[in-house]
Amino acid sequence: MLTKRKSGQAGRTRLQTLMGTVASAPIDRRTFLRRSGLAVGGMAAIGSFQLGTVQKAAAISPPQPGEPIELKKSICTHCAVGCTVTAEVQNGVWTGQEPSWDSPINRGSHCAKGASVRELVHSDRRLKYPMKLVGGRWERTSWDDAINEIGDKMMEIREASGPDSVYWMGSAKFSNEGTYLFRKLAAFWGTNNQDHQARICHSTTVSGVANTWGYGAMTNSFNDIRNSKTMIIMGGNPAEAHPISLQHLLEGKELNHANFVVIDPRFTRTAAHATEYVRLRSGTDIAVLWGMLWHIFQNGWEDKEFIAQRVYGMDEIRKEVEKYPPDEVERISGVPGEQLKRVAELFATQKPATLIWCMGQTQHTVGTANVRASCILCLATGNVGKPGTGANIFRGHDNVQGATDIGLDVVTLPFYYGLTEGAWNHWARVWEVSYEDLLARFDSKEIMETPGIPLTRWFDATSLPKDEVEQRDTVRAMFVQGHASNSITRIPESMKGLSKLDLLVVADPHPTTWASLAVQAGRTDNMYLLPVCTQFETSGSRVASNRSIQWGEQIVAPSFEQKDDYQVIYRLAQKLGVAEQMFKNIAVEDDRPVPEDVLREMNRGGWSTGYCGQSPERLKAHMKNQHKFDLVTLRAPKDDPEVGGDYYGLPWPCWGKPELRHPGTPNLYNPDLHVMDGGSPFRARFGVERNGETLLAEGSYTKGSELTDGYPEFTMAVLKKLGWDADLTAEERGVIEKIGSDIDKVSWSTDLSGGIQRVVLSHGCHPYGNGKARAVAWNLPDPIPTHREPIYTPRVDLVEKYPTLPDAMQFRVPNMGFTVQQAAIEKGIAKDFPLILTSGRLVEYEGGGEETRSNRWLAELQQEMFLEINPADANERGISDGGWVWVTGAENNSRARVKALVTERVGRGVTFMPFHFGGWFQGEDLRANYPEGTDPYVLGESANSITTYGYDPVTNMQEPKVTLCQVQAA
Amino acid sequence: MARMKFLCDADRCIECNACVTACKNEHDVPWGINRRRVVTINDGKPGERSVSMACMHCTDAPCAAVCPVDCFYTTADAVVLHSKDLCIGCGYCFYACPFGAPQYPRVSNFGSRGKMDKCTFCAAGPEADSTEIEYAKYGANRLAEGKLPLCAEMCSTKSLLAGDGEIIAAIYKERVTQRGYGSGAWGWQTAYRETITV
Repeated sequence: MLTKRKSGQAGRTRLQTLMGTVASAPIDRRTFLRRSGLAVGGMAAIGSFQLGTVQKAAAISPPQPGEPIELKKSICTHCAVGCTVTAEVQNGVWTGQEPSWDSPINRGSHCAKGASVRELVHSDRRLKYPMKLVGGRWERTSWDDAINEIGDKMMEIREASGPDSVYWMGSAKFSNEGTYLFRKLAAFWGTNNQDHQARICHSTTVSGVANTWGYGAMTNSFNDIRNSKTMIIMGGNPAEAHPISLQHLLEGKELNHANFVVIDPRFTRTAAHATEYVRLRSGTDIAVLWGMLWHIFQNGWEDKEFIAQRVYGMDEIRKEVEKYPPDEVERISGVPGEQLKRVAELFATQKPATLIWCMGQTQHTVGTANVRASCILCLATGNVGKPGTGANIFRGHDNVQGATDIGLDVVTLPFYYGLTEGAWNHWARVWEVSYEDLLARFDSKEIMETPGIPLTRWFDATSLPKDEVEQRDTVRAMFVQGHASNSITRIPESMKGLSKLDLLVVADPHPTTWASLAVQAGRTDNMYLLPVCTQFETSGSRVASNRSIQWGEQIVAPSFEQKDDYQVIYRLAQKLGVAEQMFKNIAVEDDRPVPEDVLREMNRGGWSTGYCGQSPERLKAHMKNQHKFDLVTLRAPKDDPEVGGDYYGLPWPCWGKPELRHPGTPNLYNPDLHVMDGGSPFRARFGVERNGETLLAEGSYTKGSELTDGYPEFTMAVLKKLGWDADLTAEERGVIEKIGSDIDKVSWSTDLSGGIQRVVLSHGCHPYGNGKARAVAWNLPDPIPTHREPIYTPRVDLVEKYPTLPDAMQFRVPNMGFTVQQAAIEKGIAKDFPLILTSGRLVEYEGGGEETRSNRWLAELQQEMFLEINPADANERGISDGGWVWVTGAENNSRARVKALVTERVGRGVTFMPFHFGGWFQGEDLRANYPEGTDPYVLGESANSITTYGYDPVTNMQEPKVTLCQVQAA
Repeated sequence: MARMKFLCDADRCIECNACVTACKNEHDVPWGINRRRVVTINDGKPGERSVSMACMHCTDAPCAAVCPVDCFYTTADAVVLHSKDLCIGCGYCFYACPFGAPQYPRVSNFGSRGKMDKCTFCAAGPEADSTEIEYAKYGANRLAEGKLPLCAEMCSTKSLLAGDGEIIAAIYKERVTQRGYGSGAWGWQTAYRETITV
């Protein structure tokens, strides 16, 4: 018998153990790949893995005993929970990953994705060199040639069709600094056709929530949910999409004996932990929310004081809600009245209560109205603006909140300034360029102030006739940096766009399904793939869902010819002749703009959203002092020299200049705290009065405020009226006087000196005013949310009473939803395609999935694309669990060949597909279309090859959560 | 002396598979070998529960009892390890193990299945601690560095606990008492699903 004593050795750290000899030759990443034979061909037998077969080769870099270990911290690049990743680096090679115990967000934990991020960097399936499609074949090219050819082609298109014919599709995977540069490049190119993943993720949340109370973001934090007594998760599956959030939710549930209600068409993995599960029909959220409010108003459970002080228009909601009695709600949604009454009572009476949502509410033609109804439920019950309450909107990508804030979006410049002349003037001042120079880059002043084309419609804008697209010409070129193609609905239609484009550039760590689909669509030339770094190979800040900003350092340098986002944007800007102006105040070292400098420029312009106080120095201090922040409040002790009194990650808004040391805002709209402790009222964004009724708060104000009632947003005029302008320093006054001709109009958001904010805060007031939240948003197509049937609905009988909105021109393209809905009824689509198809996430994969399907540790866990189908529906069709099926869709004769997963997780008449797969099209394996060695391990049909038409009127959000399909055994 | 154990709190496990990929990451376990996996019962139905499974490091381990070459040994921390140099890949331990822990690099009805591989409680094997050869054969040796298994350290919801049996039992006991329901909260009603009328 062998025995081995271990106890005597415990207590030695790996560092001590390994510090011994430093003699052995350093091994870098490439040497590893060469030695393991992976740099050349990659793993053989691609895609033909079977259980039980073990692959021998390994591309991982094992620990190097004896070599010193450096610990480096960055943030996980998957969802927006914002988990810290701690890397062990030896000789510039990432050799190990350790738990990040100090992070108050993840406390050492990770999900399957976070625990395997090291492989993202190592993956031998990454794009290593710039590639170019020549005569239908992929050929290696150089960065210089690629940038030159791309730039020349863009200029040629600009000459012939104007700047709006080039589309800039950016990414929620950028750092804040990358986002900002990409946004700025689009402005200097002269177009508003620039967008990113938020369009298909939470664009409706942003528009709906901001139109209710000021800002479109998660109001509280994951940690704060530990305070909740009732949590309702409606349209979200955080157990798979945001697993680390469940740590806070489940611990809160246990400690508070909290109610944990899940409302979803699927019995999700989250629902498995619920105290109550409510199954609704996909796309009937408003009916269910109004059904809950019906019980609340009926029983007087609403928070009357809160409504009187802080809400405008609740009486009009009351009238609308009367139209949704329990029997009508059950007829629409299938949810029994008694159950809904129980849930409504919990939410209204067992407080604090929070409402959590994700794509289940947002990805609908009624997405904006859905989230508005959710906000109204929070307002009616007083469940917002306190710890444990709030609209906790879990965002999807690691920096989708940041990319949204920074205005990589068709409707706005950075930080929600919009596209008005005033907004352009503000940014011209920040950038120190003339407004006229910017104007000259655009086709016209009018188009400069008109929202661009949302990315959900890029292929419509490409293939529609010229006269149906409201700009000089159709979209002729796409520059895509960090966005999947298979996460956008209507893939068969997008194939037309792919073949028609004059230029397609995809810059990404993985070539994404763009490559395979473009080749399939018949493209043979004018397409480039540029290899880009992951965030682990560069540095910069990213914003978690709770608005905390975290700085990630570079863990390792890229191994091949990958360049980081900053370098790609800089090179392109140089080629397009705008680099000098764009980087006027940003240092560039070795062709790489310095991200710290980029952040400082953002600080100088980000007043409207409180992105002004988060200097790179403060953010780095937070990463260094992570262990000092409280688990529940996220606050550091006030006496700490470096981060004293700050909330973790300085969650925006963080007002004033960094020197003011505003601590950030952990929970939005909480008047129980002083403004300098992160307190805030609802934003006075919508004026001061409407129809004779005040829009300012009544008798509610933040702690210690010198103004003890509602007040409008602060301008110089207001400051003068109060006599507070005397508090401005001469320097601040000097800056303010230079802004515009009318000094009175200079406001808290346009004052580049930060003086107005500083003075207002010193009086305990809030720069953006103290307003009421709007239950009625009079500027939206549905000022009061109302149920509307999905475009493709199985309940044809309800369409007459609850039709979708009429056709209209939106964002330069037509939205034909009404016509499509009517045509579907006339054609009897619901008879031929009787099953609802909904889509969602798997824990192992993310987004379009190319990156995670190229990670062998994750790919091994999900090797096949599947469709969930109820046993009753499967039985009727002779479908067996694990068997192949054909899924056919309602448009374009679309079809997909997938495996069946027969389960009661979905109700009768409902099917579900995950949206992370790609690389197959209509039963055909497209592996040959990828450049050699860049195909992910796992390929499969895209759910979006079956999804159909349908766009939210406010944001043109797509509709991947409800359509119709038919399934048959293959 | 510590007696190392795993405990999976089924009321917390969300089947996120972090334990599985953390293990792959730490030990570079090849495709097809799973030292740890998550098992779900009642998938998609009310009552769905998941539990993360690996070698349970049994006292008087059945694998060791049947091994014809006596390649297993128990460390002072009560971790069950084996020597890949001695292992002949016969597969007996696979039949003996109630948890399906032993894994083999080759699948065949006859002949050797290759060297058996299983969870080491991040304590590697008989080679010298933290050496290249030890890593190549068994993976990382976290216990020697004073760390616990990475699967448990990285668990998303702190469901999977690893460490001294008495300490993790105390943690679990505290949780069960606090929540007052679930798999640890035993009692007549939980066990027999009926109430007693007196």
